[in-house]
Amino acid sequence: MALLEVRGLCKSFGHTEVLRGIDLDLDCGEVMAILGSSGSGKTTLLRCLNFLEVADRGTISVGGEMLFDGSLPAERNLKEVRKKRLHFGLVFQSFNLFPQYNCLDNVTLALNLQKKQSPDEINDIGMKLLDRVGLADKVGSYPWQLSGGQQQRVAIARALALSPDVLCFDEPTSALDPELTGEVLKVIRGLKGKDNTMVVVTHEMEFARNVADKIVFMSDGVVEETGTPEEVFGNPKSPKTAAFLSKVIER
Amino acid sequence: MFITVTQSLMEGFGVSVQIFGLTLLFALPLGLVISFGSMSRFKVIKIPVKVFVWIIRGTPLMLQLIAIFYGPGIIGKWAQQIEARNFLTDFLSSWAVIDRFTAVIIAFIINYACYFSEIYRGGIESISRGQYEAGQVLGMTKPQIFFRIILLQVVKRIVPPMSNEIITLVKDTSLARTIAVYELIWNAQEFIKSKGLLWPLFYTAAFYLLFCGILTLLFNFIEKKLDYFKG
Ligand SMILES: Nc1ncnc2c1ncn2[C@@H]1O[C@H](COP(=O)(O)OP(=O)(O)OP(=O)(O)O)[C@@H](O)[C@H]1O
Ligand SMILES: [Mg+2]
Repeated sequence: MALLEVRGLCKSFGHTEVLRGIDLDLDCGEVMAILGSSGSGKTTLLRCLNFLEVADRGTISVGGEMLFDGSLPAERNLKEVRKKRLHFGLVFQSFNLFPQYNCLDNVTLALNLQKKQSPDEINDIGMKLLDRVGLADKVGSYPWQLSGGQQQRVAIARALALSPDVLCFDEPTSALDPELTGEVLKVIRGLKGKDNTMVVVTHEMEFARNVADKIVFMSDGVVEETGTPEEVFGNPKSPKTAAFLSKVIER
Repeated sequence: MFITVTQSLMEGFGVSVQIFGLTLLFALPLGLVISFGSMSRFKVIKIPVKVFVWIIRGTPLMLQLIAIFYGPGIIGKWAQQIEARNFLTDFLSSWAVIDRFTAVIIAFIINYACYFSEIYRGGIESISRGQYEAGQVLGMTKPQIFFRIILLQVVKRIVPPMSNEIITLVKDTSLARTIAVYELIWNAQEFIKSKGLLWPLFYTAAFYLLFCGILTLLFNFIEKKLDYFKG
């Protein structure tokens, strides 16, 4: 059974149907790249997975545990919602680091609030994670002292601190200068392994082709095509996918 | 003479400082409560609060001072004359003129809480939604997000407008004399009436300047303290 299973996920804002029945399967340790033109609902999908939006219909389950079922009344217990949320992590396009905390505190804030480990252990975890994203020397720096690429790497470390089952990235390099995208993509690529299952919304075709195990192409709120990078890039079945790919690869 | 005047003015200044201190003590937290009300999702809370803030900010503080000092007494008298006796008229009949100083404090607290609430609201609403969402996806509770992430950023943003408002409060304390509370300016004016001396009135400026100077230094210090982060 797949680690992440999404079935028939729907979401409307007023009269606009943004997601119209999304199905996804992702195995443990796999990387899924989600492609699609602007407005196709990629961000909305990630937000639904992270419970920042509540989907209207469909189901989301992780490791066999049903986290969301649109046919049941909405979960009102905030504590339960928070517990479900912790199965997922989200790295934002705009980093959203906490400006008043230094890098280490950004990474460890949530763990410190959970109080499940001792402060020393938590500090250790934070240092290891910053080292892992190549920022061991920036522990005490504040976000404004960092480049965009460094900020995004801190944000990745922060998301990893809670060891989510599925880590989501929403266009992690779109807000960066072109020369800074490489360092962030390298970090994400470095996370690939049996411990990290990742869903990456991206416009970086090279990255998707080389790193992802699975490509999902979204269009108008549905999964238009899904397959391995070879299948989708080499021989797209849907004309919409082909049109999208030829357009972005031209650029 | 100079020493007599100084002593008298010091007494008045003491009253002004009391008005200032008590107003801040209660208006700072009350303003936060009002700002939450004016940002409430529930219209039954939001609309009355907004109307209230509009009335308070839209009328002179002097008028509010007079209303709070004379209002309860007038209502009490009026209620006593009503024929029909019931719980409400009995209750209103018991209203009497309140102590002058108390009236000043109540009026100042309400007035300044409303001004502060608008500054807080502006500060809170200026924090990007991404900050809340970053906290949410990390599994934080609403109070954790507010107190550990949002609050300090709001404080940093509102220090300049708050310092303006608080310095205005120093000078607004002189309005207390309209209902004969013996604050700084009242005491200085007494010298005009009793001795024909005008200079004590201008001498009061020294007190206000000194107080505002200290406050300015304090706010500069706070701004510096919060300079370590941007955002
Ligand atoms: N909170 C909202 N209220 C109303 N409409 C929304 C909301 N969020 C998203 N939408 C609409 O949903 C559609 C899909 O938005 P979404 O952000 O998911 O697209 P996207 O695929 O991430 O696009 P992009 O590549 O530009 O980031 C858009 O038409 C957008 O206007
Ligand atoms: Mg998007």
